[in-house]
Amino acid sequence: MAKPKIAFFDFAGCEGDQLQIANLEERLLDILGHVEVVSFREVVTGHSDDYDVAFVEGSITRPEDEIRLKEIRKNAKVLVALGACAAIGGINCLKNFMAENVYREEVYGGSARWFPTYAARPLKSVVKVDAEVPGCPIDPVEFARITKELLQGRAPWIPDFPVCVECKQAGNVCRYEMGKMCLGIITRAGCKAACVTEGAHCWGCRGLVPGANLDAARIVMDRAGSDRKATQDLLRFFLGDTGAAL
Amino acid sequence: MAKTPAAKPAVKKEAAKAKKSPATPISVPAKVAGPKKVHVHYLTRVEGHGNIVVDVEADGRVSTCRWEVPEAPRFFEAMLIGRDYKDVHHIVSRICGICAIGHQLASLQATEDALNINVSEQTHILRRLALHAENLQSHLLHIAYLVLPDLMGVDSILPLATTHKDAVLKFIAARRVSNEFSRLICGRTTHPQRMTPGGFTMFPTTEQLETLRGMLTDALSNLDFAVDFFSGIMDKFPKFERPTEYIGLVSPSEYAMYWGEIGSSTDERRPVRQYRNITREYMIPTSTAKWTKNQGESYMVGALARFNLNAEHLLPKAAAAAKKLGLKKGCTNPYLITIAQLVECVHTVEDSLQLTDELLARGIRDEAPAKASIAAGRGAGAVEVPRGILFHAYEYDEHGRIFQADCVIPTNQNHGNIQKDLDALVPLLSGLSEKEMELRLSMLVRAYDPCISCSTHFIDARGLDDQKPSMVQFNYKK
Ligand code: SF4
Ligand code: SF4
Repeated sequence: MAKPKIAFFDFAGCEGDQLQIANLEERLLDILGHVEVVSFREVVTGHSDDYDVAFVEGSITRPEDEIRLKEIRKNAKVLVALGACAAIGGINCLKNFMAENVYREEVYGGSARWFPTYAARPLKSVVKVDAEVPGCPIDPVEFARITKELLQGRAPWIPDFPVCVECKQAGNVCRYEMGKMCLGIITRAGCKAACVTEGAHCWGCRGLVPGANLDAARIVMDRAGSDRKATQDLLRFFLGDTGAAL
Repeated sequence: MAKTPAAKPAVKKEAAKAKKSPATPISVPAKVAGPKKVHVHYLTRVEGHGNIVVDVEADGRVSTCRWEVPEAPRFFEAMLIGRDYKDVHHIVSRICGICAIGHQLASLQATEDALNINVSEQTHILRRLALHAENLQSHLLHIAYLVLPDLMGVDSILPLATTHKDAVLKFIAARRVSNEFSRLICGRTTHPQRMTPGGFTMFPTTEQLETLRGMLTDALSNLDFAVDFFSGIMDKFPKFERPTEYIGLVSPSEYAMYWGEIGSSTDERRPVRQYRNITREYMIPTSTAKWTKNQGESYMVGALARFNLNAEHLLPKAAAAAKKLGLKKGCTNPYLITIAQLVECVHTVEDSLQLTDELLARGIRDEAPAKASIAAGRGAGAVEVPRGILFHAYEYDEHGRIFQADCVIPTNQNHGNIQKDLDALVPLLSGLSEKEMELRLSMLVRAYDPCISCSTHFIDARGLDDQKPSMVQFNYKK
């Protein structure tokens, strides 16, 4: 039987997710034994190359990105969004809250008009996305599991409950008990509450949990004494493309 | 980007196809077997992509090589405006997945400078360790997964796993240590969570530090092996000399990585706050990245620049490694950046062992982060990340929110120098086969380590020449 073909591509992102995959070291060699990597950051246009699974990292930020992404979609049986930038728009959406001429001038000054971009968006606002590996960065172990499930032809499972569940399991003191803010209440679990466990709080990098109650979340944050600006800051961190950000 | 010369391939037959997606650089392989293909090639760099475009005249002479950077701009400096000082380093971390720790550190220094936050000695030690962990991780990825296959004439590290099993396993083992190292100190290897203005939110335990000590000791012996291995293949590096200006942090007391003044091989020293006098940024139409220059037409940052400025401060084992590898202060061969990185790996591990011992001797304390005094102010920070000196500078308003931000990343500082190297290479290329040219050119660019293309190399194991990802494209003039 021919080995399934997988491919990797990236758009606007930091490539931290592909680094997580490289960091799998020996485990990566294991995965590579079962697949054929046909393309890594290389699109062959005007030629129908096909891959069983295409992993795509980064957000769509330019009209020309759409053309390339649609090409990838055409060639891929399964298209997977790799990381927050690809899955939910992530950190790149911070710029969507500013006027284009402002962020453009800020970075490039007088030469700004040379490089057109538009509001950053996740892959799913351009093409159909079949599965996602959430997180900023992704969890390499979760990536390995999802890849395995996809190669077995199954729809991969990702947790559909909030980070709070795993946070309790990890035995952390709730950040709200400490008078701090945290987005674990509306964020999809699967990271074992990694940031809370390391002494920080959740920024929502894995995206909204299905059925997240945003109104209730705002009330919780208000009651905890977060001012409007601080709540806005937090909700815009990774969730700028969702209904959560105000 | 739509107007880059790369979008206008000289070979006419391809022009129609190129028009369909004028935005992407098109490369036209010269001799295509079977159906004609239009390849879109990318070399991934620190936070984007780069291409080398080679113009070949009708008589076969190479007239120019251009280094182009058509990466999607991400507007980080603008995204920071109005953000609270506690979030800033977490945002800039996402500029680069490989240098995330370095970005966080330069950012924290700038914020702490602006808001008068004085951190503890323990924080400095932990941060130095964090920086070492990341530099080690990145250098090893670059040396073993990217450069070594080029030197050995193979596509990726995978075939080497059979032919040079011993060496490959030792490199992988050393890299695993570097990953675990940053996890122990920072919580996660990429976009770590523990660092915060004023200190850390979580600390390694004494047991973890002892484990780290053991791991670093093992890494040192694996690196010894790597140094021996490389000293046997030094003749495989192309001979090419082009003196340039070398810029990096300098300090009277140490091989400066974590702090110091800005030093130059041809210019006076300057405090970090005056970085703009050195980095003089400018824009060119074929590149979405900003380029820089100081005294000369271009300058180099990174491992070789640091070595050239600071070699006398290397710790003993690293100095011995440099000697064995034949690397001497004043080296002007950019291909040897890789060798300077290998020497730095040894230095990094030696210094990390000393720092770990110091922490163990002091006893690790669970301290709360130092407080900020919120008032409007400016600050700048600079650290040496794998690819060179990185600057962050911020201006805060009276609420501790960013009013203005500036980040100057090493790869952008190297663009001008890469172009000048390519210019100097042009006369040496005529007469070489396309394959040889491609190797010579891509090795040069990779020496500067424009980032995670290493994993491209690692994963692409097909060995099919015409499909191998390539960063070089040839334009044949009729
Ligand atoms: S999701 Fe995070 S780690 Fe992944 S590309 Fe975006 S910024 Fe980088
Ligand atoms: S705790 Fe929140 S921010 Fe941290 S990894 Fe999990 S989902 Fe992402």
